[in-house]
Amino acid sequence: MIKFEQIHKTYPGAQPLHVLKGIDMNIEEGEFVSIMGASGSGKSTMLNILGILDDYDSGDYYLDGKLIKNLSETKAAEYRNHMIGFVFQSFNLITFKNALENVALPLYYQGVTRKKRQIMAMEYLDKMGLKDWWHHFPNELSGGQKQRIAIARALIAKPKVILADEPTGALDSVMTNEVMDILSKVNASGITLIVVTHEKSVADQTKRIIHLKDGIIESDSNN
Amino acid sequence: MRENKLRTFLTGFAVAWGIFMLIILLGSGNGLKNGIMSNFNDRATNMINIWPRHTTMPYKGFKSDRALNFTNDEITILKSHFPQIDKISGYIERQGVVSYKQESGNYNIEGVMPEYKDINNLKIYTDDGRFLNQIDMQQKRKVVVLSKKVADVLFKKENALGKIVSIDSISFQVVGIDTKTANDENGYCYIPHSTAQTIYNRGTGTDNIYLTVKGLYTKDANEDFGKQIQSTLRRILDVNPDDTPAIGLWNQASEYVQTMNIFSTINFFVLFIGLCTLVAGIVGIGNIMVITVKERTREFGIKKALGATPKNILFSILLESVVITTSFGYLGMMLGIGLLELISKALETVGGGGDGKQNVQVFKDPSVDIGIVLLATLILIIAGLVAGYIPARKAVKIKPIEAMRAE
Repeated sequence: MIKFEQIHKTYPGAQPLHVLKGIDMNIEEGEFVSIMGASGSGKSTMLNILGILDDYDSGDYYLDGKLIKNLSETKAAEYRNHMIGFVFQSFNLITFKNALENVALPLYYQGVTRKKRQIMAMEYLDKMGLKDWWHHFPNELSGGQKQRIAIARALIAKPKVILADEPTGALDSVMTNEVMDILSKVNASGITLIVVTHEKSVADQTKRIIHLKDGIIESDSNN
Repeated sequence: MRENKLRTFLTGFAVAWGIFMLIILLGSGNGLKNGIMSNFNDRATNMINIWPRHTTMPYKGFKSDRALNFTNDEITILKSHFPQIDKISGYIERQGVVSYKQESGNYNIEGVMPEYKDINNLKIYTDDGRFLNQIDMQQKRKVVVLSKKVADVLFKKENALGKIVSIDSISFQVVGIDTKTANDENGYCYIPHSTAQTIYNRGTGTDNIYLTVKGLYTKDANEDFGKQIQSTLRRILDVNPDDTPAIGLWNQASEYVQTMNIFSTINFFVLFIGLCTLVAGIVGIGNIMVITVKERTREFGIKKALGATPKNILFSILLESVVITTSFGYLGMMLGIGLLELISKALETVGGGGDGKQNVQVFKDPSVDIGIVLLATLILIIAGLVAGYIPARKAVKIKPIEAMRAE
């Protein structure tokens, strides 16, 4: 599903920062992987490249058999929309849209009709147990609820891969378990899941752990 | 737009104000123009009046100080010679006593041709009969068109149409009533030119020739045309080509064109100032849109991560900008037009209370024509696009990762 071949990434600047120093990685369809590492190890950069949110300097990145390299903004947007679902630490919900509208947003960019969008968004909110909250705005919801809405939003476009960036970073332990349970179920339904985290307890709930250190893979083991 | 109602309102207000001022300025300009023009309204604005005088030089055996005379022939020759002539009419004017039953009065009797109606902008409503026609002319009928003033005095509340009045003891049938000179102190009675020639013993002669021109747009062209007419008449009447005073000429057309040119200049300045005001509003919008885009960087980042294409983002910002400019612009436009309408109404009420005397108006019927309104709307839409485009380009270039990091 995901294949990294000698991926290098340097951030330009007065003192260029060589963040990724030749990453080779292979993730099969349906895997549940966590990427761990201290801050500055390059895990966020890797996630951005995985999510086609940033480009890389050399090497090749294949997603579902397609080479992701030098894409136009429009093409990148299309791939993101159809193949990748994002879950973020800070939820990144749009504050002036209610829960239903937030979940339905990816479908808007696919050109799905309003009526169909609302029906599907309601369905996914129901799966997250938030059907009764559809008209609430993000600031009226708890952190756990917000993250569940974000997960519903990531799932609605039926992506091949879900990328989660510290999905539990802003949550307490009860909510953390709740969210990780949901993510496990999502993975059980066959969707490839990659979680970036620095919390051992979170990584332990995944099936494979990749450790990054100073821009190279330090270890890669099944859990 | 939803997140920041106050800011949206303030931004919109700048545009509304701009277009409001534009409309008010243009409307006032028009009001001034209409006011001045209404004073021209006595006669058609492109009218020329010519009349014969005495020669001042001897020529071809004729002595100096010979009295000249116009006849029907001069009218026919001018009409066939100058395609620029639109309408033409001979004109014989006398004073006469007009009476009906017990009522009588001393009025102007004007012997004119059918086209005089358009030269002098006479107004005959459908209920008020007709103006003189060619058959009246050919048969030298004794028919008369009374001005409203005369009809009111002679007939009171009675319907004058078809009745017989006597003009200097000759019976005429009333065929029409003209409303245009209703406010004029003098009363007018229009009779066929041919009839006037007969009853006033003028043979085929005429006192004046009135004509209107078409297709002459500059002061020079109009003055030149006047000179051509004069020199043609001098040739026909065997007058020395250099004897300019022999043919009297009053060229309202050249005055009109000159006044029109002044107003074009005024209009241009008014439009210029109005547009400058509008530009200030538009720059305001552009400014606010830049700030808005900066504040919403995160939102655009999220949307991009979820699959929004650059086109989606560009479109949503442009749409917002255009919606603000057009809706507020429309509001300003409506307010401006509304105010002009109110002023117009107020002026009408004041003017209507007059004592019927012709008063000189400086300001009348301030309105903007639909073309200007449509142009303003078009400007607003384009302005919205321009104001939105630069910030939108910025938003499109946002990198999702950087955007989502921004707090």
